[in-house]
Amino acid sequence: MKRESIVPAACAAVTYTVLCHPHHHTVFIVLTDGPGNKDDITRSKNEGKELSKEEKQRLRKQKKQQKKQKERKNEKSETEKEKTPVSLLPPPRPVATQKAPSALPAPASAPIPVPASAPFHSSPAPSPADKPAKSKAELKAERRARQETDRAAKQPGSSSSGIKTKVPLSELNPVVKRLPEHVQVDDPAVVKRLAKKLERQQIPLRSDYGYKVSLFSHLHQYSRKAPLTQQLSIPSTVIHPSIVRLGLQYSQGIVAGSNARSVALLHAFKQVIRDYTTPPNEELSRDLVNKLKPYISFLNQCRPLSASMGNAIKYIKKEISNIPSQCKEEEAKTKLLTCIDRYIEEKIVLAAKAISKYAIEKISDGDVILVYGCSSLVNNILCEAFEKSRKFRVIVVDSRPRLEGREALRRLVQRGISCTYVLISALSYILPEVSKVFLGAHALLANGYVMSRVGTSQIALVARTFNVPVLVCCETYKFCEKVQTDSFVSNELDDPDDLMVTRKGKTQLENWQDVSSLGLLNLVYDVTPPDFVDLVITDLGMIPCTSVPVVLRVKNLDQ
Amino acid sequence: MFHLVEKLVEYFRTQMRTDPDMASAVAAIRTLLEFLRRDKGETILGLRESLKWATDCLTEVDSSVAVSSGGELFLRFISLTSLEHQDLSRCKKVMEERGELFLEKISLSRTKVAKLCHTFIKDGAKILTHSSSRVVLRVLEKAAAEKKRFTVYVTESQPDTAGKQMADALRRINVPVTVVLDAAVGYVLEKVDLVIVGAEGVVESGGIINKIGTYQMAVCSKAHNKPFYVVAESFKFVRLYPLNQQDVPDRFKYKADTLRTVSDLSDEHPMIDYTPPSLITLLFTDLGVLTPSAVSDELIKLYL
Repeated sequence: MKRESIVPAACAAVTYTVLCHPHHHTVFIVLTDGPGNKDDITRSKNEGKELSKEEKQRLRKQKKQQKKQKERKNEKSETEKEKTPVSLLPPPRPVATQKAPSALPAPASAPIPVPASAPFHSSPAPSPADKPAKSKAELKAERRARQETDRAAKQPGSSSSGIKTKVPLSELNPVVKRLPEHVQVDDPAVVKRLAKKLERQQIPLRSDYGYKVSLFSHLHQYSRKAPLTQQLSIPSTVIHPSIVRLGLQYSQGIVAGSNARSVALLHAFKQVIRDYTTPPNEELSRDLVNKLKPYISFLNQCRPLSASMGNAIKYIKKEISNIPSQCKEEEAKTKLLTCIDRYIEEKIVLAAKAISKYAIEKISDGDVILVYGCSSLVNNILCEAFEKSRKFRVIVVDSRPRLEGREALRRLVQRGISCTYVLISALSYILPEVSKVFLGAHALLANGYVMSRVGTSQIALVARTFNVPVLVCCETYKFCEKVQTDSFVSNELDDPDDLMVTRKGKTQLENWQDVSSLGLLNLVYDVTPPDFVDLVITDLGMIPCTSVPVVLRVKNLDQ
Repeated sequence: MFHLVEKLVEYFRTQMRTDPDMASAVAAIRTLLEFLRRDKGETILGLRESLKWATDCLTEVDSSVAVSSGGELFLRFISLTSLEHQDLSRCKKVMEERGELFLEKISLSRTKVAKLCHTFIKDGAKILTHSSSRVVLRVLEKAAAEKKRFTVYVTESQPDTAGKQMADALRRINVPVTVVLDAAVGYVLEKVDLVIVGAEGVVESGGIINKIGTYQMAVCSKAHNKPFYVVAESFKFVRLYPLNQQDVPDRFKYKADTLRTVSDLSDEHPMIDYTPPSLITLLFTDLGVLTPSAVSDELIKLYL
């Protein structure tokens, strides 16, 4: 999407072309490097019309900001009235942004270069009040940043999308982060925006179900009896069939568990890539990423994405956009397929082996190990330790409504490990017997908190009181940059009907919807503070919980 | 092979005798450097293997954590350079130079630690310390040289009553010192302002391994809300992660000759204990003043 791009006007051989947007009375100046770039201009004009909805929104926002500035200035002293024509008329602005490329790396210093580089401005530098100058400079810097990204988008290999336009805004105000949409369900504006986005991608919107407890009203709550796939036409033209199948598996809980979901996602994407053909006049690196976006929204609607899935998707998108444009389609596709295979092999399979190697050092003969729920990694470790003839026994703790511990119990008993099974209410009864606690994790947050199945933090808390060491096992691909200190802000609400249980032919909560003061809450995740965790075993080694940001930093350096 | 072991051990013992103030790890590293010089290996891999073997021999002589950690760090430091030379003797020379550099750095480490720590001792302070640590002695000497007035309580530290040696050394520099029983730590803590101890090893979690009785002192000072400071050189950082007292390997818990002669270790009393990082306020090392969670950061930088 190239509607505007700016190049320093100091260049000698330069052509000025003025592009006028048909619907708004703002002017965008395109500086091109020579007469032979008319195709660029026409292309950007056309693309401008196609994707005009986002552009319109952005322009509307811009106008609003300009109006706000105007109002603020009108309240203040008269000397500032000189600025208002300057801020309303875009033509001087692009000229002022001549210093765009050089000043962009330091957007915080925007106020300084802007006055210096604006000989056409009436009174830029000596601004009596800081506020108007700053907002004007901020706007200028925003435009500059946007133009930079558009110029970058012109180059092959980078994906152009509506979401990219939001990036420069958040880059400039690092303090203001955008909240993800799935934790703002009670904000009607956000819901409307999401609905529009899904409409554009032709994905049905899943409606919330049942009364939500007020503390969690900002999260989605769906019913398992109404999967998204019922609202799709068959055969679905927009969404690849393996993705539809995957979405159904997620929403019905057939594929559950962080590793299983990520692997299933990657396999489905492999199928998508195999069936993909590049349309004419399109580049694989950009078009494939665009094709994946509606799939990801669809999967998000079926069941919110987990942190590990998010990291996997980031990796795939990066790999796709790094495909050189000269690469032939078949070659590119095989390259992508091998990349995905390697990711699964390295980050999941081999990581599990490395983690078992470290964990076995911590299991000594005569140990009584407590595990919670069903973590594929912890089960793997215990089976490996048993094969290396360590003598230990396991206590499996389980909780309603998922009762995942039964699956873990089944797997361990099959191997011949002696197990005990309790429900979480008997935790303080059983803990004096326990020598170690092994927990799996859904994600490790940047502040050292462990996000895992609901009930994990309870186990860690009680274990800490009994002075029992708590070990968390987690692969590094589950480390995420998010920061969370409580389980309320970002969580997942499962189907409330799961809490209904039928005993002796009677279902007590059958008509819970009719009772107006009753709400059922079925949380999926909770967050454990690092003080309760003694050790985290990752494929990089054994680290304390507080060293997670160090590992993230080291990983980012490697990439 | 045996006479090689004997030579090694003899060299090590001589080093320890000539300079009693030197840390056992420094003596071990000197020995390893000498071993490297005299080694007649043909390949770099062979060199590494023989160095590892030499470290193990020395650990058998003196089973402190510092000797094994010092040896490992020495090996890492000298091989953490480009060894892409054609000639093995050139590579060896590079490794020897790095080894000497490493030795130089660590001989200065105690001074660096003392420089960092003495500012935390205020005029009129009452300090509690445990057993005999040369690093703590150096810190207190520096503080006394800065004309600060302080009194010191030292625990007797059975079974080898090492605390008495510390008291003698402090009396020589005219610091008022009192020797207390190990059992009197809780009694004396209400009088003291801060607790400073040395460490035999600093583990990955940020906790320390030190003479038995340190854990007790740490728990009591946490209960009294007194700061618990640890002074240690950076070569004592070791790649261990104990979860509790039982998790510390046996080869560090007992003296080397005990391990060799006694068959049933459950009768023996361990010489060291593990203090978890939650009880430690700050660690003073030659890499700077660190919180316990920063130790893992430094270790990741050193080892990964």
